[in-house]
Amino acid sequence: MSLRKFALAALMSGAAVCGLSVSASAGQYDGMTISILTRPGPVIAGMVAQRGKEFEAATGAKINVIEVPFAEIFPKLQNDWSTGTNSIDVGVFAAGWGVEFAASGLIENLDPYIAKDTKIDTADLAPYFRDFGMKIGGHTMLIQLDGDFQMVYYRKDIFDKMKLQPPKTWDDYLADAKAINGQDLNGDGKPDYGSCIFKKRNAQSYFAIQTVAAAYVQTQGTSQGFHFDGKTMKPVINNEAWKKAFEVYKETGKYGPPEELNMDIGDTRALFKAGRCGLLIEWGDPPVLALEKDATAVKNQLFAVAALGTNQVLDRATGKLVPVTKESAPFAVDGINYAPFAAFGGWAGAINAKIDAKKKQAAYDFLSYMNQAAQSNVDVTIGWDGFNPYRLSQLKDTVLWEKAGFTKEAAQSYIGAINSALNNPNMASDFKVPGAQQYSGVVLDTELARYLAGEITVDEALKNIEAGWEKVTEDFGRDKQIAAQALALGAPK
Amino acid sequence: MAMASNTASQPGSSPAGSLPGESWGEWLDRHSRTFFIAPAVTLILVFAIFPTFYSIVFALSRVKFSSNGLVFRNVWFSNFQAQFSGNEQAHFLGRLTGMGLFGYAFSAVLIGAVGWWFFRSLSKTSAIGLVGRLISAAAALGLGLLFAATLLSGNQWGTLLNTLFYVFAGCAIQFVIGTGLAFLCSQPIWGKSFFRVIFFIPLMITPLGVGYAFKMILDITKGPFKPFWEFIGLRDWAWSTDAWAARWFVILGDSWQWIPFIFIVMLAALENVSKDQVEAAEVDGASSVQIFRDITWPQIVPVAATVILIRMIEAFKIVDLPNIMTAGGPGIATESMTLHSVFLWRANNMGDSAAVAYLLLIVTVVVCSSFFNYVVLSQMRKAHS
Repeated sequence: MSLRKFALAALMSGAAVCGLSVSASAGQYDGMTISILTRPGPVIAGMVAQRGKEFEAATGAKINVIEVPFAEIFPKLQNDWSTGTNSIDVGVFAAGWGVEFAASGLIENLDPYIAKDTKIDTADLAPYFRDFGMKIGGHTMLIQLDGDFQMVYYRKDIFDKMKLQPPKTWDDYLADAKAINGQDLNGDGKPDYGSCIFKKRNAQSYFAIQTVAAAYVQTQGTSQGFHFDGKTMKPVINNEAWKKAFEVYKETGKYGPPEELNMDIGDTRALFKAGRCGLLIEWGDPPVLALEKDATAVKNQLFAVAALGTNQVLDRATGKLVPVTKESAPFAVDGINYAPFAAFGGWAGAINAKIDAKKKQAAYDFLSYMNQAAQSNVDVTIGWDGFNPYRLSQLKDTVLWEKAGFTKEAAQSYIGAINSALNNPNMASDFKVPGAQQYSGVVLDTELARYLAGEITVDEALKNIEAGWEKVTEDFGRDKQIAAQALALGAPK
Repeated sequence: MAMASNTASQPGSSPAGSLPGESWGEWLDRHSRTFFIAPAVTLILVFAIFPTFYSIVFALSRVKFSSNGLVFRNVWFSNFQAQFSGNEQAHFLGRLTGMGLFGYAFSAVLIGAVGWWFFRSLSKTSAIGLVGRLISAAAALGLGLLFAATLLSGNQWGTLLNTLFYVFAGCAIQFVIGTGLAFLCSQPIWGKSFFRVIFFIPLMITPLGVGYAFKMILDITKGPFKPFWEFIGLRDWAWSTDAWAARWFVILGDSWQWIPFIFIVMLAALENVSKDQVEAAEVDGASSVQIFRDITWPQIVPVAATVILIRMIEAFKIVDLPNIMTAGGPGIATESMTLHSVFLWRANNMGDSAAVAYLLLIVTVVVCSSFFNYVVLSQMRKAHS
């Protein structure tokens, strides 16, 4: 974090405390401790702790942040809350996981709290996050602290130098990556990579494959989904569209670093910050991370594309790829179907339903405090904390971003891409049904990893995923899953 | 004592199992040892045995979380069955698409060898011993045939054989190097105390730390050996994306950590070898190879067999290194059974996770007790005789 940004953050924090933008009043929660479980800092946990100190100064409630490895957040919370241990008051996790907690009655309905809250300003929340991310079955069960979807980034300086156009389709991505791969991208005289994607097993690879697949599979708007048939919960995976996505995803590896199959998000971030990647799939962080002092090679050079599209899409009746037409892909633009993928859904906070009423109110007040524009609009411009924009006021113009160190052009590219994704009626939702972790983090991830490693063919991988998803669906009960899927995707357009 | 004399005169009121004419006091006295250790045994039963049995409930159920706690739905053995057939078969056992030529040849030799061993033991073992040998023979056949159907037939193996690979290849390497180092340090060489301390240090580091250290050291694009990889022309080769290289690198990290354990135990054994016999052999003109083979080795064999057994039991549980170094990848190439179980647990699939853990327990018990019975005990008997 640069000194300037630190000073800005400190100033805003100070102003926030002095102005008491917290809904509660001073000393109201004296002696209370709120335990919040989330991923290890500085990403997410760092800023939760920092804002926690301010909240404590304003209200007396101590915020105790418990950090566990990413893969253990979900089982730890579920264990703690369903076995009656209740040592955790608030969980900060992927918005999509909320469905499973809500289905088990483990998290608090926040509608009454929001009704009384005059500071949260829900009208300023981007509609996708307000209506899909934070709501489950029509009730607000989560408070969004971060806005997430995956985009494609390209090196503006390199594309200009090589006279390449920004990619529009996945075929363009492959062609550009191929052209760039092996060039020196950071001036150290050594060849660099065309494409960098986190493909390690049990990391973030299963998100990136969905970013590729969404445009091939989902054509009829968000409520169609791209994993299951909503009426039967039969997997929509063993078809030409997913097959093509798997093949494209594997081919990107030809233009990537040799160790890509063992790289997680930390490894790829180190690479692109060192200026070694021409193209990448990432969440909203890279341009903000590029402002940090160890990323001078790419400062204001990572330009965003909301999503890459395809000119062939899935015909669900036959399982084949067909050309984009008005019927096959009504939301297509210039013959290309786009489906920006809301991977992960953003970090969001949920409150344990079993804690006492006063503590619930205190926990809500803290989440609201973090979500309010006064705090959030600063937090999203800081690279290290991992928070990405989700409020309209963060995306309406470039002022906020230029203040943070963006050039006007870079800021326009960034918020332009995010706005275009948020306004896309064909935005693709992440898994939001019970068993989301098993469907994606275990079944999809394992079979994808085996395919990438050359252990199995793409057909075997898709067949295995189909069988694996069916097993999870049977396990949770098909009818319940159909209902959950309808609740998750049938929300307002 | 009035009571004692009273009970002595009324034998019918003596506690069950008492000797004729024995009083309560005497009976208590005789059983005092049992009563004194009873609290400890109860505690062990509650805290060690209970969780083991409770996890059987998990292994035989599908488990769901609800606001009222865990909801179990009994499915009997279908969690176990799932590992052997259907979608999960390739994950646990490996791909079984038919046996190749090497597979058939190996299977024939294996069946012959196990059959001969079993036939030989028919005459010299008790009924219980026979049951034990039957279990060992079945396990050897099962695992051997799986090996023949996967690796020897050009198919990929699953987490079961991966675990056994870590156990057998890892323990063999660690034993040879650990014993070699111990032998060197038992010789009168300069600075041996220093080396003893240095060789012992890795054992004190947490496996998680070893995993991260090796991941960083072996990173070919950023690690300290980057110039070396480039020099030998492996700039674009990544060990972590090659199944066998990844497995061997996991064993490398594991060996770095566990060679010290073998080293320290074998060093103690070597230091206990009778000096008189060695000196007598030297006086008689025996070569150092002869001395090692005929005097030193027979004396350290019982310790060697025991240390291998302990290391094997530990090696079956390998999890940190493949988790940190490769996350079980590429594909499932470096995934051990413990890691397999952990991944399932993380997704709250308690039933399958417990089933895999039980399968690991069964394999560990059968392999290690077979090794104990046929190798460790026989070496100990030889040493005593």
